[in-house]
Amino acid sequence: MKSDKLLDAKGLACPMPIVNTKKAMGELESGQVLEIHATDKGAKTDLAAWAKSTGNELLETTEENGVFTFWIKKG
Amino acid sequence: MTMKETTKEKTTIVLFSGDLDKAIAAFIIANGAASYDHEVTIFATFWGLNALRKDTPVPIKKGFLEKMFGWMMPRGADNLPLSKMNFMGMGPKMIKHIMKKHNVVPLPDLIGMAKEQGVKLVACTMSMDLLGIQKEELLDDLEYAGVGAYLGDASEGKVNLFI
Repeated sequence: MKSDKLLDAKGLACPMPIVNTKKAMGELESGQVLEIHATDKGAKTDLAAWAKSTGNELLETTEENGVFTFWIKKG
Repeated sequence: MTMKETTKEKTTIVLFSGDLDKAIAAFIIANGAASYDHEVTIFATFWGLNALRKDTPVPIKKGFLEKMFGWMMPRGADNLPLSKMNFMGMGPKMIKHIMKKHNVVPLPDLIGMAKEQGVKLVACTMSMDLLGIQKEELLDDLEYAGVGAYLGDASEGKVNLFI
C-alpha cells in the first residue's frame, strides 16, 4: 500500500508507538497516509484504538515475523 | 481549529505516590493521553511531589523539621523507591536495567516528554507546605495550585485517575 511517510517504531515499548505516531501524523495533511512499523505486542490494539478515537482511519494492518505494519489515513 | 480546541477531551491524574513504579505508570498514561490529543493534567500531591524534585540539593533556609523531611525523601524521578521489592534500593536499580533492556523510556525522560507534549504539571501547594518543599527545589515550568484547580480540570475530564 502506498504511504506518504514511514515511521519506524520497531523495538520501542509502550507508550512510544502512539506518541511517535501522533507526532508523525502532525506533519501530514488530511488524506495522506502514514505507514508505521512496530514490534510492541500491544501496538496492534493500541493503534487501532488511537486511530478510532482521534478521527483517523486505520486502513490496514499486517504482521510478518513479529513486525506489525499499519497504514493510517489522516482524518 | 478553534472548534477542535474547545472539544478537546481532558485527562487528569493525581500523582499521590512517590514510588517509581507508580510514577512510571502515571507518566506513561499521561503521555499516551497527550497522544490521544487530550488536555492532560498531572496534579502532584504528598509523596508524588518527590517525582518532580530536582535531583541536586538547592540551598534554602528551612526549619529543622522541614530539613529532616528534605533529607529523608527521595530527590527526584531518578531516586524514587519501588512500591514492592525495593530491597534497600537494589530493586529500582534492577528495574531500570530491565527497562533499558526492553526499551522502556526512563522516568526522567517520560517527564520531559510529557512536558514537551504539553502535559500540565501541577504541584499541590498545601503538600509543599507540609513536606517543606519549596518552588526552587522542584522542576521548572510547574504550575502551583490546590484542590480547586484540580477539580476544575477533573470535572471536565473523562479520565481521572488517582495513583
